[in-house]
Amino acid sequence: MDSLYFLIPIAIIFVATAVKLFFWAVNNGQYDDLETEGRRILFDDDEPAEARREDSDGDGAGEC
Amino acid sequence: MTATACFHCGLPVPAGSRHSVVIDGAERPMCCPGCEAVAGAIVAGGLDNFYRFRDSRSERPETESRDSQWAAYDLVEVQRQFVHDGEDGRKVAGLLVGGITCAACVWLIEKHLGQLDGVERVSVNASTQRARVGFDPGKIRPAQLFAELARIGYRPAPATAANSEQLLQSERRAALRRLGVAGLGTMQVMMFAIALYFGASSGIDGELQRYLRWVSLLVATPVVLYAARPFFSAALRSLRGRHLSMDVPVSLAIGLAYGASFYATVFNTGEVYFESISMFTFFLLLGRTVEMRARHRAGLASGGLAQLLPLTANRVDGQRLESVPVAALAVGDRILLRPGETIAADGEVIEGRSGVDESLLSGESALQPKSRGSRVYAGSVNGDSSLTVRVTAAGSSTRLSAIERLVERAQLEKPRQVALADRVAGWFVGLVLCAALVAFAVWWQLDPSRAFWVALSVLVVTCPCALSLATPAALAAATLRLQQLGLLVAGGQLLETLPRLTRTVFDKTGTLTRGEPRILQVQPLRDGVAEQRVVDIAAALESRTDHPLARAFRAWRGNLHAVDVQVHTGLGLEGCVDGVDYRLGRSDFAASRPPAVPQEEGQWLLLADASGPLAWIALGDRLRTSARDAVAGLERAGLAVELLSGDQSGEVQRLAAAAGIGHWRAGASPEHKLEHLQQLQRDGERVLMVGDGLNDVPVLSGADASVAMMSAADLAQSRADAILLSGDLRVLWQAVALARRCRTIVRQNLVWALGYNALALPLAVFGLVPPWAAAIGMSISSLVVVLNALRLSRHDAPLSREREAGNEGQAEGPLSSS
Repeated sequence: MDSLYFLIPIAIIFVATAVKLFFWAVNNGQYDDLETEGRRILFDDDEPAEARREDSDGDGAGEC
Repeated sequence: MTATACFHCGLPVPAGSRHSVVIDGAERPMCCPGCEAVAGAIVAGGLDNFYRFRDSRSERPETESRDSQWAAYDLVEVQRQFVHDGEDGRKVAGLLVGGITCAACVWLIEKHLGQLDGVERVSVNASTQRARVGFDPGKIRPAQLFAELARIGYRPAPATAANSEQLLQSERRAALRRLGVAGLGTMQVMMFAIALYFGASSGIDGELQRYLRWVSLLVATPVVLYAARPFFSAALRSLRGRHLSMDVPVSLAIGLAYGASFYATVFNTGEVYFESISMFTFFLLLGRTVEMRARHRAGLASGGLAQLLPLTANRVDGQRLESVPVAALAVGDRILLRPGETIAADGEVIEGRSGVDESLLSGESALQPKSRGSRVYAGSVNGDSSLTVRVTAAGSSTRLSAIERLVERAQLEKPRQVALADRVAGWFVGLVLCAALVAFAVWWQLDPSRAFWVALSVLVVTCPCALSLATPAALAAATLRLQQLGLLVAGGQLLETLPRLTRTVFDKTGTLTRGEPRILQVQPLRDGVAEQRVVDIAAALESRTDHPLARAFRAWRGNLHAVDVQVHTGLGLEGCVDGVDYRLGRSDFAASRPPAVPQEEGQWLLLADASGPLAWIALGDRLRTSARDAVAGLERAGLAVELLSGDQSGEVQRLAAAAGIGHWRAGASPEHKLEHLQQLQRDGERVLMVGDGLNDVPVLSGADASVAMMSAADLAQSRADAILLSGDLRVLWQAVALARRCRTIVRQNLVWALGYNALALPLAVFGLVPPWAAAIGMSISSLVVVLNALRLSRHDAPLSREREAGNEGQAEGPLSSS
């Protein structure tokens, strides 16, 4: 049980760091737009032109 | 007729329309020149991937953008409001961008603006609809940014102080920080609490117990002092206002439980409740954050009345014409209004004849003819030819501002509902305090050493956790569910009001109907004349005008070309198509011996050439396909339905019949509408108002509950309790059903919470509740309430399945008869 006297303060330091990190992220605007940023990775711009043509054949009009 | 959907906006493409754009190697149909231009601009910029990335359809651009319309944003005094200095000579413009529907829009805007020479950095926020653009003023003008945004189908506006999001942003960030502290703190304290629970039941080293309590105190302190602060300040406010809101018992519970636990920890006596306090704070904050986000989203687009007015006006100074900011206009100035311009001030026409669209003020969709001596009002749009106007009222003395004041008055007089929980809170606090005092007094006689702890355990056990969570948890779940269904709830009271409503009042234009003219019917009067040919000729003639009725022909614009088009205000048009002269308009204008006007619905225009009448074209506003079902559904739910319109009676009567509405009133001005509403309220009715235009805003503000359409004027949206995102009116009775279910769940929660307290209170008074049991009981009763509320988020009305199968009104062509 003695290890608790040592481990809990470490845990609290971790939590304090997490809170600090979270504050930084919020104040830095990381949580301002929850919709876009998660999807941005999907919008790639550098794919070869041929591949693009093939993928898009399946798209129905106005379905997306 | 099978309708194809427009590739850009998803609305049906009318038969005979020949607009298309090549996207991704295939020709895609477009419904109108507006969509065609936008899609063309997107493809030309090499950004056609947008159509693969997006997951919701784009909005249809309402009018084609003219680059000149943005020129006002180059004036220094206008720029001052939204352009700020950046680093080394750069400027940063804050823009409010309307029409962002999904994440792909952000990508498109950032890419498109980023390609322009002189634009350095673009960042767009989809949830606030704001864009910040860093640019080099030497290479690009702000007006070009506006024009480029309009070219790819968005509606740019300056993000001025009036619609500044600074305040909202800091409020949102503070709420998130509090939520984070409460969440992380709760997790930690819970872990220590579990050790303490086990210790209490199976024995624990005294020193270790003290240690764990001290650590819990350390972690719970920021939760109480930082995260729970909004409750304390709200409670203080309500006490100062001499009224007991739910915040008072909440603060009392948090404060007392924390104080007692603090005392117990420091003096190593009694019991601690840190985990209950933290969890309670966390759940309450979660509910409030959800509510706040919904409220903010609804209020974002609003720029107030000022946005309805143009930024500049053309002042006539002798022979000179100069462009001045609207704020500089004074009574007596003369201004020139070109066709299509919005009038900046009230005034009197001194030269010219034109039709003016006053639908913003009166709801009347037909153009009002104006000539020398007529009065025109700020906010209305000049139709077909130029007018010179002497300003009689500007700024806050215009009729538009009078409507705004009417809105404020209506809001003050709006019937207030006291939230159920707040009504309960009053006597609950009293009861608990009395019980604690009685327990203290009695135990003081029996055993003075236990009196304090028994009194405290009464206060803690009856902590109104479950009670105060009962309502907000259910409201938050219902709000989220309604948002999924397509109704954005902005006013927190809406869900409490909906189940009690007795009457629904609909506005006509833009609410029950789509709010734009369409071709209802074509009747050829001569053999061998194809309907399509008639429509093409009419579209060619109408293509040069800004007349509201001309919008009905937008889809066929460009199939044929007209030359020498002349506009005769209030009468019609004449012009030459393929070498033949045509006239289109009122029957006596188009032909010398006109045939009798058909008796059927709609506004009939006659198309004629030199040898006589060619065809009748009926234009009219069309009922939304969901209107009939919505009316029937609301009546089944026990609500009376009524139509209240500013339009003329014949049209209103016809639409009321088509939608199945028995009661209707026509020709009502904004004042009349409000009066009628207040009369209904005096008769004991609780009214839901569904409206769209600016003329409905006073009624929306004054009604017990109000819903604005997505297409509504910004002001209407900001004053309504909810916004109908999908345009599907059937969501209304679904919302009523959901609100009734929400009320049931709130009642279940309240019964549970009060039942728990009723059971725990006597036990605590007799000193029978071991403190660890009190803590667990508190936590479990809160969890039960939250889980019960979550059932609402799975509430599934039969409609939503049906709606997925066939999207509302999309498969409807303008030429098909209704």
